Amino acid sequence: MYELINQISRWAIPVMLLVIPLLAFIRKVPVFETFVEGAETGFSTAIKTIPFLTAMLVAVSIFRASGAMELLASWLSPILSVIGIPADILPHAVMRPLSGGAALGIATEIIKTHGPDSFIGRLASTMQGSSDTTFYVLTLYFGSVGIRKYRYAVASGLAADFTTLIASIIICNLMF
Amino acid sequence: MVNYVWLFMMVFGILVAGAQGNIEVVTKAALDGAQVAVKTSLSLIAIITFWLGIMKLAEAAGLVQALAKLVRPVTAFLFPSVPKEHPAMGAIVMNLSANILGLGNAATPMGLIAMQELQKLNKQSDTASDAMCTFLAINTGCITLIPTTIIGIRVLYGSQNPTEIVGTTVFATCCGMLVAILADRLLRGLYRNRW
Repeated sequence: MYELINQISRWAIPVMLLVIPLLAFIRKVPVFETFVEGAETGFSTAIKTIPFLTAMLVAVSIFRASGAMELLASWLSPILSVIGIPADILPHAVMRPLSGGAALGIATEIIKTHGPDSFIGRLASTMQGSSDTTFYVLTLYFGSVGIRKYRYAVASGLAADFTTLIASIIICNLMF
Repeated sequence: MVNYVWLFMMVFGILVAGAQGNIEVVTKAALDGAQVAVKTSLSLIAIITFWLGIMKLAEAAGLVQALAKLVRPVTAFLFPSVPKEHPAMGAIVMNLSANILGLGNAATPMGLIAMQELQKLNKQSDTASDAMCTFLAINTGCITLIPTTIIGIRVLYGSQNPTEIVGTTVFATCCGMLVAILADRLLRGLYRNRW
């Protein structure tokens, strides 16, 4: 199963790049011109995300570098340890929705210190793999089309992140 | 809500830095963050331009629409506000498939294309539409089947069974995704009643 998915991942894009232009050509599409026409807005789309990403990443960077993140995690740990969330995992849980790179760094540190096959190492691996950098995705996707009012998107994203955290802890307790 | 989260990170971060006597890290962190943001956006130019070209071809060849048609039963339930067989659906499906297969470079541009298509249907251009909120809820919940990066780190630190976390990861993701869809539905109803 693992091997199969790996093979699909390896082949997916080359096959797409072969099939799409060929099929378009068969259907009498002027392939080169159409590609260029589509690609035209690439630059402006990417550039449009700069103010949004800057706003978000500046805040995340200050929050992290100042030590505020660790402080928040240490405040939360007595409350959360009551419901069975290990204290060591908290910095990762707080950072995961905010910064993909920082969360990966914390997960790596946990795996290095406690070993990949320790309970906390497996838990960190599961959490790193099972959720995405919610704020980065929201900022980037909304930013690319100039949307500033996110309505309830943040709330549903965070609800999902919290569920993933709890589900990771439960399943790791059951499996390992 | 994003306003509160943003303000909280700024204010709490600066106050903590001040109280702990290392206020000087704030300025550096702010500029570092801005630097990373601009670099990220600039590095997106290449992959977005490339995939926009390919997606335009796929659309002209009728492939995106065919894909949208194929997944109509599911998408009609998730995105009631989007017309059936709209190109947005094709882009959404391609984004989610690329995510699941771990093709990060392709997933982001396809997601942005999906957002552009959804924006065409949006009546208020500065406010997220229902369909956009649903798409992002699914998108952030839906992640790769094989988390290659973390498996690599487990190998690096001598794990006996580096891939044993795949099963637990998929389970946790599915729970998160389910809650994302439920929360999206619930909040959509709440917001509609408020305004």
